[in-house]
Amino acid sequence: MKEKLKAIRDEAITKIQQSGSLDKLNEIRVAYLGKKGELTEVLKGMKSVAPEDRPKVGQLVNETRTAIEEKLEELKTQLAKAAREAQLKSEVIDVTLPAKKNNVGHRHPNTIALEEVERIFIGMGYEVVEGPEVEYDYYNFEALNIPANHPAKDEQDTFYINDQIVLRTQTSPVQVREMEKGKLPIRMIAPGRVFRSDEVDATHSPSFHQIEGLVIDKNITFADLKGTLEQFAKELFGEHTKVKFRPHHFPFTEPSAEVDVTCFKCGGKGCRMCKGEGWIEILGCGMVHPRVLRMSGINPEEYSGFAFGVGLERIALLKYEIDDMRLLYENDSRFLSQF
Amino acid sequence: MNTPLSWIKAYVPDLDVTNQQYMDAMTLSGTKVEGFHAFDADLDKIVIGQIDKIEKHPDADKLVVCQVNVGNETVQIVTGATNVFEGAKIPVVLDGGRVAGSHDGKIIEGGIKIKKGKLRGVESFGMMCSIEELGSTTDMYPDAAEDGIYILKEDAPVGEDAIAYLGFRDANFEYEVTSNRVDCFGIIGIAREAAATFRKPFYPPVITHTGNNEDVHDYIQVDVKDNELCPRYCARVVKNVKIAPSPEWMQRRLAACGIRPINNLVDITNYVMEEYGQPMHAYDLSTLAGKQIIVRRAESGEQFQTLDGQLRTLDDNMLMICDADKAVGVAGIMGGENSKITDDVKDILFEAACFDGTNIRLSAKRLGLRTDASGKFEKGLDPNNAMDAINRACQLIEELGAGEVVGGVVDVYPNVRQERKILFEPEKMNQLLGTNISNEEMLGYFKMLDLKYDADTNEVIIPTFRQDLECMADLAEEVARFYGYDNIPTTLPKGEATTGKLSHKLRIERIASDIAEFCGFSQAMTYSFESPKVFDKLLLAEDDKMRQTVVITNPLGEDFSIMRTTSLNGMLTSLATNYNRRNKDVRLYELGNIYLPKDVPVTQLPEERMQFTLGMYGEGDFFHMKGVVEEFLDKVGMNGKIIYDPNAGKNYLHPGRQANIIYDSEVIGYLGEVHPEVADNYDIGDRVYIAVLDMPYIVEKSTFERKYEGIANYPAVTRDLSMVMEKSIMVGQIEEIFEKRGGKLLESFHLFDVYEGAQIESGFKSVAYSIVFRAKDRTLEEKDITPIMEKILKDLKEMGIKLRG
Repeated sequence: MKEKLKAIRDEAITKIQQSGSLDKLNEIRVAYLGKKGELTEVLKGMKSVAPEDRPKVGQLVNETRTAIEEKLEELKTQLAKAAREAQLKSEVIDVTLPAKKNNVGHRHPNTIALEEVERIFIGMGYEVVEGPEVEYDYYNFEALNIPANHPAKDEQDTFYINDQIVLRTQTSPVQVREMEKGKLPIRMIAPGRVFRSDEVDATHSPSFHQIEGLVIDKNITFADLKGTLEQFAKELFGEHTKVKFRPHHFPFTEPSAEVDVTCFKCGGKGCRMCKGEGWIEILGCGMVHPRVLRMSGINPEEYSGFAFGVGLERIALLKYEIDDMRLLYENDSRFLSQF
Repeated sequence: MNTPLSWIKAYVPDLDVTNQQYMDAMTLSGTKVEGFHAFDADLDKIVIGQIDKIEKHPDADKLVVCQVNVGNETVQIVTGATNVFEGAKIPVVLDGGRVAGSHDGKIIEGGIKIKKGKLRGVESFGMMCSIEELGSTTDMYPDAAEDGIYILKEDAPVGEDAIAYLGFRDANFEYEVTSNRVDCFGIIGIAREAAATFRKPFYPPVITHTGNNEDVHDYIQVDVKDNELCPRYCARVVKNVKIAPSPEWMQRRLAACGIRPINNLVDITNYVMEEYGQPMHAYDLSTLAGKQIIVRRAESGEQFQTLDGQLRTLDDNMLMICDADKAVGVAGIMGGENSKITDDVKDILFEAACFDGTNIRLSAKRLGLRTDASGKFEKGLDPNNAMDAINRACQLIEELGAGEVVGGVVDVYPNVRQERKILFEPEKMNQLLGTNISNEEMLGYFKMLDLKYDADTNEVIIPTFRQDLECMADLAEEVARFYGYDNIPTTLPKGEATTGKLSHKLRIERIASDIAEFCGFSQAMTYSFESPKVFDKLLLAEDDKMRQTVVITNPLGEDFSIMRTTSLNGMLTSLATNYNRRNKDVRLYELGNIYLPKDVPVTQLPEERMQFTLGMYGEGDFFHMKGVVEEFLDKVGMNGKIIYDPNAGKNYLHPGRQANIIYDSEVIGYLGEVHPEVADNYDIGDRVYIAVLDMPYIVEKSTFERKYEGIANYPAVTRDLSMVMEKSIMVGQIEEIFEKRGGKLLESFHLFDVYEGAQIESGFKSVAYSIVFRAKDRTLEEKDITPIMEKILKDLKEMGIKLRG
């Protein structure tokens, strides 16, 4: 009996090892351990075994069963692993095939530049406000210390709707509208469209954008203006940017300045972009003229403030190295998709 | 404004700086230098030589061989020039030197290097120069030969630097003078700034007494009829004028400014205009009837021939200079043909006047005649400058021996302009600037600028040439300029904290951009003005309200003449540009205003309405566009019912493929396929879809408030309905039934099939929906659903809709 069990065990294990598939394993399990399996048959023959030997034989049978079961389990695991491996192997893909994209659209470079500027000033506590694009002459000129027949009115090549209404030539009228609201202190930027009667060419457009800035509070100084714009320039063009303030003249600020930054392409060494100067002019600014404050109902003895105006297209053209302003208004998808 | 540095140095002799240093420092102190041109930039190793001997070239008829003494040696030079002669003094560029241009007047960037070489076998060690090769012209150097080598004066020192001798060791600076600094339109003004910038003494010209024992009043009477337009009129007389070339030093200075020397008389007026910024005019005294000058307004419609020969029609806002009988000049703009100086002039009248700047500017504009003089006058000149200028001119007449100056000046100046006084408030200035500059330092800057300080009244006295200085802030700028903007500290504003933020409107616009871009649309920007012709392109009816526009009175042409009342033209034009360039599958969006007049003609500001416009051609259809609209509305918290009304009535859209978008019973926009005829008008050979959302409505109805409604705990019951109906029935009508009859238990429904064709009777379509019911508090049972479904089916049946088997 012992020999017989050993023979069954050896035979079964050999078969299991040669099985090669889960189906075959199952067949083997049935053949040996099933209801009509060989081992079951042996158990059935226990009746002929002497009662005193039965426990021993029973133990032997159980040992054999366990050994076969263990081997079955071992092979099953092995085969399953091999099958998973084979599956993974067969599923290799070419990861360099093209991506399936949603073809997301692109922001206009002007807007990208604008949002960058807005982000910086919002971080400094400025509110973003807007004003009308078709504006009263009063707000566009007179309230900004540009009286009727002032040569600056000619310089700005204004589009007129009638004697009193113009297409605003600058975003500065928004300053006046904010000041007139009478809520102080003010920290605002006002981006928007402006219009000047310039023929379209590579560097001119009759419609473009400015960003106006205005701060009104007690004890605002020219030093504050310098500090604010320096921080702005470093945020926008990089930590190493240097800023230069040059005296200039605007009717609505006094003292006034134009601001240059070190060329962000060459870092100030001089290149084609900065025409060899190392500096690029980016904005005009100054302390709000006391007359402007007074006209808007603010007492210049009590309050002071600064204002600045940035040309958005200028920033966008420089920052993204766009060489022709017309590209900004053609809306060619091959242009827009580069931003 | 252009000036040579040498002329500045004439008044600031201690100035010792390089061109670059000068440019940088002047710009930083407020006199912006745009750039400079160094005349000697491309000139090198050029000396004064004298031709000792000329021999024929052995092998060339047109060449000669010259032995030229260049000071320390004699060099052999071969030349083809025909105007050279033995003993002539000429500029010679030596071996290894450089000249600025070729002899035909072409300026070569970087110059031309001159090396020794052989010409037809004969060695040549340099080149004799024409004025063109030196970078100038015979216009500017009238003594130079027209076509040939520049023959220098007999006393030219042989061996010396010819570049310096000819005045080329100099540079012309171009300034951007701001409109407030009228004084800096004259060299004296800039020189004063230069002296202050470099802290050097300033020596303006000293004007000496001029004139004989006669009295000018015996020669001329001046009557100014309009003192507003002519605050001051100065006149002097010069007798026995001798027209001749002006001296070399004057010619050189004018040439360096880019002004062509003509003769002593013209050159003196130009010289004084450059120096003082004061235009002057000279009349032939013999042409002035009645020994009289009358300054009056022109008659309306008066005709006058200006000295350029043009006949001009005047109006009564123009100021005229007249004699007893006739007009002789348009004040401040141009003199008359009838009184102009000719070569045989004997006696002249000099005029230095001050005219109202605005009047001159507007008159020049109306006449279409802007001259150097009117350009100066329109800035608004200092009347006190006129006297200095006319006396300076007479001084030069005497110095140059150009005539005999009659004693005295006729000066009509009823309201003498007084010096302004500004209280000296150093603390306020420091407060405004954020500095701590001492009183003495401030007063020091003022002194350099010829602003005097009256200690008794504590006032700063502003000379009349600084009309721009009016208040404390103006003085603060003067302090800041010379203290140095660079030296002012950098601080950040202190005080009450403010919240940085975008308005609700701008936040909604950003979401519009985000959604459009996620859906594949790129942002376009188009002009706010367009042509009235676009309305025809868009097939608008003659009486369409969109044709009422805000009109620009001075547009850049018809194409830019009206403010747009629709954003469609901009979008279609951009799509057309892309289509024309064969760009595939283009999707664009724009956020821009339209301008709706509140009245016509416009008397108040128009209503500006932000439009969110989407346009596309290529891949995608009406329903893609509809999807973008809904994604956006959902994102801005507008999750209520959106109704699409096919009766939008838009002529520019496909009549069967358009809809108004209605939300909360308001039309918030529309979408559709562009009418094929409109697409043709824009030359787009593809179907174009557009959507326009009127943002003011959306800004009003949008919200960022959100509430969590819980996740369903009980299972849903789904019923599928497959129906057959007439094609004309819109699924929107079916959905209305679902909504009406679904009750509280209706959770959602969605269309999963629409089919026409085989198996379906022609004129009919099959539509299939899944309807989902759910209760929040329990599992639904059959008896909950059945009555609802019965109601729905009943309504469907009434519409003639049958269920499919």
